[in-house]
Amino acid sequence: MAESTKTGEEVLNETAADGRKPVVVVDSLHVKYQVHAGGRPVKGTGRALLNRAGRGIRTVHALKGVSFTAYENESIGIIGSNGSGKSTLMRALVGLTPPSDGAVYASSRPNLLGVGAALIPDLSGEKNIQLGGLALGFSKQEIGRLRDDIVEFAELEDFIDLPMRTYSSGMQARLKFAIAASKQHEILIVDEALAVGDQRFRQRSEARIREIRENAGTVFLVSHSMKSVLDTCSRVIWINKGELMMDGDPREVVDAYKETKK
Amino acid sequence: MSLVDYAHRNRLHRVGARPSLPRYLADAWSRRDFAIAMAKYKIEAANQRNRLGMLWIFIKPTLNALMYGLIFGVLQGSNRPENFPMHVVIGVFLFEFFSTSMNNGAKSITGNGALVQSLAFPRITLPLSTVIQQLMTLVPMLGVMVVYILILGAPIRAEWLLMIPLVAIFTVFNLGVALIGARLTVHIRDLTQLLPLVTRILFYTSGVLFAIDRILAPYPWAVALFDFHPLHEVLSIARGLLMPGGEFNPIYWLYFSVWALAVFVAGVLFFWAAEERYGRVD
Repeated sequence: MAESTKTGEEVLNETAADGRKPVVVVDSLHVKYQVHAGGRPVKGTGRALLNRAGRGIRTVHALKGVSFTAYENESIGIIGSNGSGKSTLMRALVGLTPPSDGAVYASSRPNLLGVGAALIPDLSGEKNIQLGGLALGFSKQEIGRLRDDIVEFAELEDFIDLPMRTYSSGMQARLKFAIAASKQHEILIVDEALAVGDQRFRQRSEARIREIRENAGTVFLVSHSMKSVLDTCSRVIWINKGELMMDGDPREVVDAYKETKK
Repeated sequence: MSLVDYAHRNRLHRVGARPSLPRYLADAWSRRDFAIAMAKYKIEAANQRNRLGMLWIFIKPTLNALMYGLIFGVLQGSNRPENFPMHVVIGVFLFEFFSTSMNNGAKSITGNGALVQSLAFPRITLPLSTVIQQLMTLVPMLGVMVVYILILGAPIRAEWLLMIPLVAIFTVFNLGVALIGARLTVHIRDLTQLLPLVTRILFYTSGVLFAIDRILAPYPWAVALFDFHPLHEVLSIARGLLMPGGEFNPIYWLYFSVWALAVFVAGVLFFWAAEERYGRVD
């Protein structure tokens, strides 16, 4: 496999040959964030207030032209150090962070496993299951059917009528995970940090993630654990400073990545 | 062949692309339960920790009406409109529906950043949910308003039923305003700072506390201008329907409906056009 960032043409030449069905095509994806840097405004110009550039706007180039193609039934690990652009790439994959250049194409909308932001802490667990389910796109009838499984999986039978803010952080995390994990996806993005709670629940949630992964068509797994990447992924993509460093066989990529960490 | 062509040949769609308008509205319609549930639960959550709970929905506008009624009742002296207490109660209660829709609608995207960035759904659901929430608050408020009016001596009349279509048109109008506000604050956050001022200006210029034709009697052209002020129209219709001996120009029904429809259509188009923009962090 080629090292360093590949151009769209190169990706294409590799992929067009065989007959596998592509489900996600990432075409020279750039993402830039504009961030207000907290510096002192420029003095004496008088324009400082209106001229936004004068107020210390910094452009962070989070992804610098990433291209790859993902196929049906692939399980792709995404690795890279903190701040390398993994999360930005995942958010761009699901269409939540619009690219500043390039694009992501997919056969159906990829989904992140997560629902926390839709919930309201002042409401009971019961009502949050309703709300979270609706936010994920379930109908009321479907939520009615899933409700018992969610409560049981979260192990909150005795507390489900209490406001969520009174839950311990572990209980909240369990509820969020149980709601999010009730949905099946064609293209799924899993952040391994999602395995939450105490030792026992962590094992159960990891098992659940594995189950979801098996049922989903194509999975992206973001992880810092090289062991779980090697265990479960058929292909690994290594991102560093917004550039795609390497893409290919898990063993080779992980070894190369580890080499730079020494 | 480029990757783009390759993607198209395999029938892949661009992720996050704005759907066509009919498709977008159909998506939003299928998420209506989410919008309603969010509205309902937000009201519950907001009042849950207050001792008086839901009662605050009535207490706040009642106190407002009392305060404005006293201050402006004294200030206006003989210029006071007839049945001044009723005039103020109807004005304050209905204006509250507009101002909360506009203010909360404007914050519905910027204030839900985490939600917008973590789940995919048509963003129009958020301002829609906000206006539904205000409507759910308005209905019991209208009940209280009617009680006040009865206490103040208004006889029950069949015309009161016309409040139902009026509130429906008003809701459409407010939704349009909320949609426009929601997108504008995404582009210019500073607008949220100006909104309280805009609310004040509209409050004092829509005749919540005054009878426009009395205050502006020396300037007939200005009074004529108020025929086209949507909030003045809705308040005039409501007062005409509810107050004893109330009168209003029936053409206001037409004017206000046209306003509502125009603002709503403009709002939907304006909001939809920037659909791809709402999740962006900058």
